[in-house]
This record gives sequence, structure tokens and C-alpha cells, in this order.
Amino acid sequence: MATGEVTSAEYIEHHLSNLTYGRMPDGTWQFAQNPAEAAEMGFWAIHVDSFAWSLGLGVLFLLIFGIVGRRATSGVPGMFQCAIEMIVEMIEEIARDIFTYKNDYVAPMAVTVFVWVFLMNLMDLVPVDWIPHLATMLGVHYMRIVPTTDVNVTMGMALFVFAMILFFSIWKKGIGGFLAELSFHPFPKFLAPLNFVLEGITLLTKPLSLGLRLFGNLYAGELIFVLICLLFSGGIVLTLSGVVLQWAWAAFHVLIITLQAFIFSILTVVYMSQAYDTGEDH
Amino acid sequence: MNINITILWSSIAFFIFTWSCWYFIWPPLVNAIRTRQQTIADGIENAETAARDLAQAEQQADEIMRNARHEAQTILDQARSQATSMVEAAKTEAREEGERLKAAGVAEIEQEANRIREALRSDVAALAVQGAEKILETNIDGDKHRELLEKLAAEL
Repeated sequence: MATGEVTSAEYIEHHLSNLTYGRMPDGTWQFAQNPAEAAEMGFWAIHVDSFAWSLGLGVLFLLIFGIVGRRATSGVPGMFQCAIEMIVEMIEEIARDIFTYKNDYVAPMAVTVFVWVFLMNLMDLVPVDWIPHLATMLGVHYMRIVPTTDVNVTMGMALFVFAMILFFSIWKKGIGGFLAELSFHPFPKFLAPLNFVLEGITLLTKPLSLGLRLFGNLYAGELIFVLICLLFSGGIVLTLSGVVLQWAWAAFHVLIITLQAFIFSILTVVYMSQAYDTGEDH
Repeated sequence: MNINITILWSSIAFFIFTWSCWYFIWPPLVNAIRTRQQTIADGIENAETAARDLAQAEQQADEIMRNARHEAQTILDQARSQATSMVEAAKTEAREEGERLKAAGVAEIEQEANRIREALRSDVAALAVQGAEKILETNIDGDKHRELLEKLAAEL
């Protein structure tokens, strides 16, 4: 819904800017009024919109699953309980196939990640102008409602996964064992430094690819929605083609958001499994 | 596209959500699923046992029916042969009784005939004496002619 005064570039930039709260160079704490100000705020600023939406969706997940869990009967389940249980069972089964070690935390984590990421991705299907427009009318100038299009959110999750990889690796193998795994692996022992560099890169690639894959897919998806929306400011033909494209891309996006949530959750389990793997069985 | 402190907050949120799920949501939900799975497994097993029992019972019932039918046939055969033999026995008895009655009748008739013959004989003897007296106009001394008379009577 680009109005006459807003250029396409401004429209896109507006849609890709977070609501940032931080410390201005002059020392005051405030919301950034434009992207340049947001950039000046540096590391200690926070993206209020994506963080709030991700929190809200996480709480929504906890509430839905919590209520179903509290009311869960082992008798004939209702429709809603059935749906929730199907998700839980699907992810749990896959997680148990991949992660064969004894740890009760991994399966619930996989389910949490799957549902939470799915809900965050799902915001991408809300027409891109609805909520930002509403926020503008309420006086909030920037509002990105898809948290997974914010690299901070996806990388934050990936970093926690990375922390868990390190934690479980060291817990299961000891620091020495973990370093040995990094140093002695592809090539013989006398090439330990080379091994360490190679394995270190492999290790660092895990969280990086995990976070950036999700971010990249969703960011690109949102950008395409924004571009399609630009068509609505054109003539009748462009508007109609925009409607068709919007529908087609949304239908395709349903697959992407589910798949990306699934990949994120399953890869997390795979990385946990690798962290647990002491190499004794092969 | 600024990297900022949001990244750290996201990590913390991630931890809190996964931990909450693990601590609060997971146990009751999975417990319900496991219990139901167990119930269903038990139910299926019970149904299989029941089906097996039913087949066995049907087989038993079949056997009982077959035995009963066989027994009934045996009883029927026995009864039939018994009836036949009873009829035969009755027939024989009746025949014997008839013959006995007939023999008795014949004997009685003969006896009667003999009695009548004896009576006739004596009557004939008397008549003959009377006839002869009329012819001879004299009394015949019975003692004298007894031998003759008796001979006559025996010829009758």
C-alpha cells in the first residue's frame, strides 16, 4: 500500500527496518527514528519488534501446549489434543531415531524449536502491510512481525544450540576428549594443527549455517512478499497479477516455513547427537 | 541488518522456552500419549485373545454338536431295532397263543364228539335192543347178549 509520496525504495527499506530501541550517540535512550539512527546505536540496541513477537509467539506455544498438556487425557482425545499430540509424536519419534542417547531434554527441545520457529515463520503469511500499517496508525513507525527474518533472532537461537553443542561435548568427552576429537580426526596425529583448524571450522559452521539458513529463507520470502505488494500501487493489470502472485507465493511459502522449522529442529537434534557421540561405536 | 544485543536475548528466550516445555509441558502430554498407547495395545491384545477363544469355543461347539448328532442317530437306530424285535416277539407270541387256542378248541371239539359218540353208542345199543325185542316180541336177556351188543356198539 505504497502511497504516492513513498518511493519503492523507501517502501522496501521501511519494511526491512526493525523497531530499534537503544542509546543514541548523544547519550539518550530512545527508539530509532530511521535506519541510520538504528545503525548508530551499535551493539547495545535491541530490536523491540522482532524480540517481542518472538517472545509472544513462544508464550503462545507454551500456553497452547501447556493447556492441552494439563487437560490431556489418556482416554479418547479431542480434536485439538489429537493435533497437538500428532506434532509432539512426529517430532519426538524422529528425535528419538536420531538421538539415541539418554537425555530427556532433547525431544522437548526439538518440539519447542519446531513449533516456535513454525509460529514465527507463520507470521510471514500475514499480508505484509496489515500490522505495520496498524502500528503506524498507533504511532509506531517500524514494525517487522516475522522474527525469523531478523538475523539476531535466528542467530541467537543458533548460538544457544552452539552453546549446548559445546556443553554436551565437554560433558560427555571431557575437555581433553573434545580437543582430541577436534585435533586427531581427518588426518594423522602429527597434522594436529591442520586438523584443529578444519574441525574448528566445521564446528563453527554448524551454528552459522543453522541460523543463516532460516534467516535467509524467511528474509527472502518476506522480501518477495514486499515486492509483490509493490505491484498493488500499479494499474489494474499489475494489481490483478499481484493478487495472483501473492496467492501463489503464499501457497508455496506454506511449504517453506514448515520445512525450515522442521530443518532447524531436526538439525538441532543431529548436532546434539554428534555432541554426545564419543566415537566409541565406530 | 544490525547485529545487536537482541541476539543474546533471543538465546535466553530460546533457553527459557525449551526449558519450560521440558519441565511443564512435556511430562503430562507424553504421559497421556504413553498411557493411551498402552491402553490401545492392551485392547488389541485382548481382542486377539477373545478372537482366539471364540474360534476355540466354536470348534468345541462343533464337536459337541457332532457327538450329539451321532449319539442321537445311535439311539434312533437302537430304538428302531428294538421296536422291530418287539413287534416280532409280539407276532410270535400271538401266533403261538392262536395255535394254543386252536389246539384247545380242537381238543374240546374232539372231546365233545367222543362224548356224543359214547352217548350215541349207548343209545344205539338200547335202540337195537328195543328193535330186536319188537322183532322177537321177547325180552332179550341183556346179560346173554351183552357181548353181541357191545360188538355192535363198537362197530358204530
